[in-house]
Amino acid sequence: MPELLPGKPGKPGEAPKPGRTATGPPPDLTAASGGAPGGVAGAAPDVPDPAGETGTAGRSLWRDAWLELRGRVVFWMSAVILVVAGAMAAVPDLFAAMGPNENCNLRMSKKGPGAGAVFGYDLQGCDYWSQIVHGARASILIGVAVTVFALLIAVVLGLVGGYYGGVLDALIARITDVFFGIPFVLGATVVLVAFPGRGMWAMTLVLVVLGWTTMTRLMRGQVIAVKDMDFVAAARMLGAGDRRIMFRHILPNAIAPVFVVAMLNVGNVIAGEATLDYLGVGLQYPDVSWGLQLNVAQTFFAEYPHLLVFPALFLTATVLSFLMLGDVVRDALDPKLR
Amino acid sequence: MRYAVQRLIQAVPVFVITTFLIYTMVFALPGDPILALAGDKPVPEQVLDVMRERYHLNDPLLVQYGYYMLGVFQGDLGETFTGQPVSDLLADRWAVTAQLALTAWIFELVVGVGLGVVAGLRRGGIADTAVLAGTTFVIAVPVFVVGYTAQILFGLNLGLFPTAGTDEGWPVSYLLPGMVLGSFGLAYVARLTRTSLVENLRADYVRTATAKGLRRRRIVGLHALRNSLIPVVTYLGIDFGNLMAGAVVTEGIFNLPGIGQQVFQSIQLQEGPVVVGVVTLLVMIFIVANLVVDLLYGVLDPRIRRA
Repeated sequence: MPELLPGKPGKPGEAPKPGRTATGPPPDLTAASGGAPGGVAGAAPDVPDPAGETGTAGRSLWRDAWLELRGRVVFWMSAVILVVAGAMAAVPDLFAAMGPNENCNLRMSKKGPGAGAVFGYDLQGCDYWSQIVHGARASILIGVAVTVFALLIAVVLGLVGGYYGGVLDALIARITDVFFGIPFVLGATVVLVAFPGRGMWAMTLVLVVLGWTTMTRLMRGQVIAVKDMDFVAAARMLGAGDRRIMFRHILPNAIAPVFVVAMLNVGNVIAGEATLDYLGVGLQYPDVSWGLQLNVAQTFFAEYPHLLVFPALFLTATVLSFLMLGDVVRDALDPKLR
Repeated sequence: MRYAVQRLIQAVPVFVITTFLIYTMVFALPGDPILALAGDKPVPEQVLDVMRERYHLNDPLLVQYGYYMLGVFQGDLGETFTGQPVSDLLADRWAVTAQLALTAWIFELVVGVGLGVVAGLRRGGIADTAVLAGTTFVIAVPVFVVGYTAQILFGLNLGLFPTAGTDEGWPVSYLLPGMVLGSFGLAYVARLTRTSLVENLRADYVRTATAKGLRRRRIVGLHALRNSLIPVVTYLGIDFGNLMAGAVVTEGIFNLPGIGQQVFQSIQLQEGPVVVGVVTLLVMIFIVANLVVDLLYGVLDPRIRRA
């Protein structure tokens, strides 16, 4: 699945500019004057360290971005939708009257919205609203879990490959190429078909295996672009070790675009997971998910559109919120647009 | 030429490892593949032995993979449960999928680039905002939801297009499915064209052209647009492979008798070997498409060749 960001990051020669090259004069002077003794803090001006944020007026990239985001309607809209969806996933009982697949009555099967059930009933005659609320957990859990694992892989491989270079880097790049070459839905289909009893974690594993490459390529490009900057050289001259340079100096300055892609990725994974459920190679019946509800709806949608409309609405709203959030955060983090 | 050879050599390990990975993931992970493929029914021990022997399951993994790839290159994609070769099953279906993918592709190209140019020329304007919002929305809605909605709305309620099947031939029967299949790529093409055009309009050579007194139409059409379309062409190339893959969902919804529908039906019937065979083939097409695009890209943009 291609990334939302236009342009293809990853090749060594055309490494993307790090998010903060154009911030103008770096605010490191103020940060250093109020910050930690020893002067090392001044070498990495944008490290989002809590001391700097509370102490002085030194504004980090993230703080700038937050100030920008605060004023955006789109940001608040998607944030609110995501908080609601997150709450549904975490404590479904707050929203739903029934548990998953509970209190179903086949006599009510496929009945449209009406008194007693705002969203009508599903094929099994369960209250559709409750079912949809319970469906949030699978989508959001898988979307977030896949992205977190993929992000971890991307950070580690990107840092190691980009920083050390050489054979290790070439090896990582080739492996990334291989996995990048496998189309998302098709690849997942092949693997999942072979597992009859697949649950949420099997899905997560498969989606991580197929989905870590975009972020890794981007991370590697970012690291390569950042590692030759003056503050890295300064840190090295002050005697910082490889690990400290990588995690304290390079990582905070390279992560911003990767972070944005990660946000967009959550949306993409949720949509992809629903597609797999819909195709019948994803989660299976006792599980409740939006994709499964849509899978059931495909046979009956002409006569009973509510079966299709409601889960589709929730799914789309969630995916859209992640994508829009990623979009506005990217705008906020990109100083060129200011 | 050197670039082409280099790229070809690079593609070989990717190709081998990718197919090997798919093969390994499906046939070598824990659990007995024969049992998994058989579904819930119990299988007699003798049958298991025969099957294991037939599929070389007692040989080391690499040997198994060798047999498999040998078969694939000879056009043998395995058999269905009823003993029909998968390749026969696909013979009649190629044309449908190719027509569908082509329709979607043309739709992406024409409408996507058009929208991207309209948006990019007036960055921040009403058209731009509308295109950005619209494309984000299209990307967010899963393809199958777009498919069903379009089918109800344009097919059933408005009666503008045939709802399913290929009775009316190309292009009429393929228009609606093509648009649905192409909607996702269209959004990307539009955004890519827009971003690329916006960047190029700021470039020095555009300022030079303006300073020379060229008319705006000429500047945009001849100078900016041509350079802006390079990444778009790349994407469109890669996307042809994506479209073949995306056909699984679209053909299922619109009941088009193509390769995708075969995969769709085989999944529903839990016919593992067919799914694996066809999908492996699709993945290979995808990889080859990527390779061709990279080669073409080198032709389009000399900088890539020299790098």
